[in-house]
Amino acid sequence: MEAARATQAAIAGQANHVKKQSLLWKNLKRYRALFLMIIPGMIYLIINNYLPMFGVIIAFKDINYAKGILGSDWIGFKNFEYLFKTADAWIITRNTILYNGSFIIINTVMAIGVAILLNEVKKKLASRFYQSVILLPYLISMVVVGYLGLSMMNVESGFINKQILPLLGIDPISWYAESKFWPYILTLVNIWKNVGYLCIIYLASIIGIDNEYYEAATIDGANKWQQIRSITVPLIMPTIVIMTLLAIGRIFYSDFGLFYQVPLNSGPLQPTTDVIDTYVYRGLMTLGDIGMSSAAGLYQSIVGFVLVLVANYIVSRKNRDQALF
Amino acid sequence: MKTNHMNQFFVHLILILLAAACLFPFLLLIISSLTQEQSIVRDGYSLFPKEWSFEAYTYLWNQSSSLARAYGITVMITIVGTFAGLLISALLAYPLSRGDMPYRGLFSFLVFFTLLFNGGLVPTYLVFTEVFEMKNTLMALIIPGLLTNGFFILLIRSFFSTSIPVPIIESAYMDGATEFKIFYRIVLPLSLPILATIGLMLTIGYWNDWFNGLIYVTEPDLFSIQNLLNRMLSNIQFLQQTNIGGNNSTAAASLPMNSVRMAMAVVGILPILCVYPFFQKYFVKGLTIGAVKG
Repeated sequence: MEAARATQAAIAGQANHVKKQSLLWKNLKRYRALFLMIIPGMIYLIINNYLPMFGVIIAFKDINYAKGILGSDWIGFKNFEYLFKTADAWIITRNTILYNGSFIIINTVMAIGVAILLNEVKKKLASRFYQSVILLPYLISMVVVGYLGLSMMNVESGFINKQILPLLGIDPISWYAESKFWPYILTLVNIWKNVGYLCIIYLASIIGIDNEYYEAATIDGANKWQQIRSITVPLIMPTIVIMTLLAIGRIFYSDFGLFYQVPLNSGPLQPTTDVIDTYVYRGLMTLGDIGMSSAAGLYQSIVGFVLVLVANYIVSRKNRDQALF
Repeated sequence: MKTNHMNQFFVHLILILLAAACLFPFLLLIISSLTQEQSIVRDGYSLFPKEWSFEAYTYLWNQSSSLARAYGITVMITIVGTFAGLLISALLAYPLSRGDMPYRGLFSFLVFFTLLFNGGLVPTYLVFTEVFEMKNTLMALIIPGLLTNGFFILLIRSFFSTSIPVPIIESAYMDGATEFKIFYRIVLPLSLPILATIGLMLTIGYWNDWFNGLIYVTEPDLFSIQNLLNRMLSNIQFLQQTNIGGNNSTAAASLPMNSVRMAMAVVGILPILCVYPFFQKYFVKGLTIGAVKG
């Protein structure tokens, strides 16, 4: 009896196994074309994104090119020890967070302000013109921005030193050598470049607000300011919150071009303008210090990862489909 | 609704000031590229130079071989990159948008995970230089980082899911069409808006890229326009020193270096400025659907 039942079970099990296998095979056959389609993209993502992910082991090794990446010795957390012992680690972290933090706040406020203004303009043509012009800086490369900066801040012939400061009776300033102005300069450049882009997003939100709210408010005697404060801002608050949260999730990643090109990679400015991205870049390309730069890079990736997850989690709690996933 | 003229006046005033502030640097750029070099050296960059001159552009024209080569490189990587990127992204996004694709969830996760965690510069650099040995090749200007990313694929997938009715695909399948034919004949033509948008973002990304060139390319022959600009920013003599196949007869003294820099920058942004008015609509749309999903 037992043997018979066991055999039956075995046969059924085998049949199941064969069925599962043939189902998988049938899937592959039927959807062969679709699987083929995703191959180029997946190969690219593997090369460009996943292989480097495995490269995080570099931060834990003492890389010797002669031995190759896999053959080099493991040194555990030594690279991280060196990194965090130096004052650099603190400086670049502080700079990154302070800059990105203030960028988020200031850019958001300005973008909303400009969006509200644009929404107020009655003539469509004018509003489109303003929008085009304000978006324009977003479309040029940071290298060109570096040139624009040079034309303004060049010590001998820059626009500011030659045309503006004399009017105010101030002596020429050596812009690329004095670090105290740079937080403001970089913030200003960042606003100039990004407000157009952000403003489009907020404008899209504002346009979605039902006109009836404003009409009712006007009837009730509310003026423009009151309407903006009580209708516009609260109703686009979901967008504001989401954009801000997502930006906070990326707070550990800076705009490399901004911090590398605009200061013209100038030495004296480094304590003020160095961020994690520029530190990693310099470590890798200029100093050849793979250990420290890979440790800093991993540090950035991990913290960035955690922040993105947390930010996304909060966003998805508030509004399901605004989250990344 | 009656228009409050006072309000309108202030609104326009502020916006005009903002627009002027945005345009001012460009104006300065263009004007200084048309300024005589001595004017710049003597009086500084100005909106109202004492002497105008085409000498910067004349100089560039004479150096045209290096410039033309850089332009050629930039145009080529932009075209190739944009097309390849669009193709790969759409090919990856389509099966992900199909409800009946096996392991769809797994693949989607693999794609979007790349948006969360980044290996970092050092591993990426080592992968492309040590493993694939792409240093100083054209591939290094096209492939790393720019070809496609999870964000684009997400956008395209959303578009496919919402704008391509499943019945159309199903009936085509019934009629005996293969998946590739369906993709090519039905899905792609219906997706022109999203392809235009992503294509635009790819184009601007490739045109403006200087980073790949910075870290992967040291051969002047392979410099894109932005790379050339980059080198010239740090090394004012660069264009002089690297006469790529051009004439070597240069009297070092009176070369219009400042205005030449400005002229090169103008050359670097001119195409974008020219096509911008035509494509602004798509660009704005792309930004809005990207950020304010649904």
